[in-house]
Amino acid sequence: MGDFITVSRQEIVDNKWERVLNFFRQRSLWMLYYCTGCGAVELPPTMTSRFDMERFGIGPMATPRQADILLITGYVSAKTLKRIVRSYEQMPDPKYVVGFGSCPVNGGIYWDSYATINYLDKYIPVDLSLTGCMPRPQAVLDGLLTLIQMIDKGEAVGHKKYQLNYEWYKKNQREVLERTAPVLDTGGLK
Amino acid sequence: MMYALNFVLWALAAMAIGLLFMGISRKLTARLQRRYGPPFWQSFIDVIKAFSRKSISHNFIMDLCALMGLAGLLAAAMYVPMGGILPFPSDSPLILILYFMPIGYLGMAVSVSASGNPLASIGIGRALTLMLGYEIPFAIVVMSFISNYGTTNILSIMQAQAGGIENWHIIKMPFGFLASLLALEAMTGKKPFDVMIAPAEIASGPMVELSGKFLGLAFLQYSVAVFVETGLLTALFLGGGATVWEFVLKQFIVYMVLTLFSEIYARYRVEQAVRFLWIYAGGLAVIQLALNMYMK
Repeated sequence: MGDFITVSRQEIVDNKWERVLNFFRQRSLWMLYYCTGCGAVELPPTMTSRFDMERFGIGPMATPRQADILLITGYVSAKTLKRIVRSYEQMPDPKYVVGFGSCPVNGGIYWDSYATINYLDKYIPVDLSLTGCMPRPQAVLDGLLTLIQMIDKGEAVGHKKYQLNYEWYKKNQREVLERTAPVLDTGGLK
Repeated sequence: MMYALNFVLWALAAMAIGLLFMGISRKLTARLQRRYGPPFWQSFIDVIKAFSRKSISHNFIMDLCALMGLAGLLAAAMYVPMGGILPFPSDSPLILILYFMPIGYLGMAVSVSASGNPLASIGIGRALTLMLGYEIPFAIVVMSFISNYGTTNILSIMQAQAGGIENWHIIKMPFGFLASLLALEAMTGKKPFDVMIAPAEIASGPMVELSGKFLGLAFLQYSVAVFVETGLLTALFLGGGATVWEFVLKQFIVYMVLTLFSEIYARYRVEQAVRFLWIYAGGLAVIQLALNMYMK
């Protein structure tokens, strides 16, 4: 990891005002789904009558500007990484990233593919990973409740990690994004 | 000095009532879908959380007009008599409320247009087109009140309904009531007429670029709008109320009826919505106006 700076939990928790705000933040989480991989089909049962995510104050939101959680489902291909980073950077602080499924954790069954990335945590800070292929709605709800507890304790500090280690993340992102540059000659067209 | 305190208290009460209604309507929606649903204070949590986040402003106009949107609706709320009580002595003129409310909507329109997002512009275009749809039937209903009483003061209209349910305008002017209920459904942006929000279509339209505190302001603005609009219907058709509690209870019933309607209809396209409002709400309103002028 080299000169990777970690945020100590103490400096977050000791701030009394942040603690009060975290009380409200954990009870109202708006989620942006980034479902270009697989697994989006697990979310409707989580949202609707059977498992009812809204009773914890978690609901879907349409744009990155309004969302607190960026949920990334399934494998992340090198091309979608660019869009994920853009969406993530458009979100206002505090923001949390949830990786959904095995692929954002370690590549899953696509670990040797030329087109996907293996560790999402190298490119944007992932606060919580839901493992499984696919995680069932029970697992999704369990993970979200864990995220709620983490926010309560002040442990979900991914956005601060991103600020402190911006160069490190950018370097990793550039290494992938250079691979996605167009290969064919465009003949002068842009 | 006393009045200034009254203004602040009144504004806070309007926001709190609106947010409470929104929270309860979310709970009602959840129960209709056989879900447990969020707690009824969820809207308060949402607003506080929205204000606790960082927000991205694009330019000065966006900041200014977001505040102007809230201020316009709060100014309208100052003239809504909650059970005969007003923050300062006035006759609560209906025309003034109808002038202040569009200031609120236009403030939000300018604010989100200044953000430069094309989806926001589409949403605003739809919202203003829809406004054309519901303002005209509502204005005709107001005209039928003028033809009856020769005044637009809400307090005297409320007094005319005193003395029991048979004097309420919901009994005396049923067509006008239906027309204003349809107009109110569109004013509050409930389901058949939620074309300007349409999250799956234009990414929540006007709110697309609002982050953090701007979204909190939009929520507060909507809550005040709910207070003003349900308050207007209560005062005009449901006899107002002798006490604050009675008035708020009637407002609550009106909002819940709007929520129930919202749950059983799908979304109209904008031109369908305007046509529906002009033909049906407008037709009912014109019938009521004709009846009032004939019976007079």
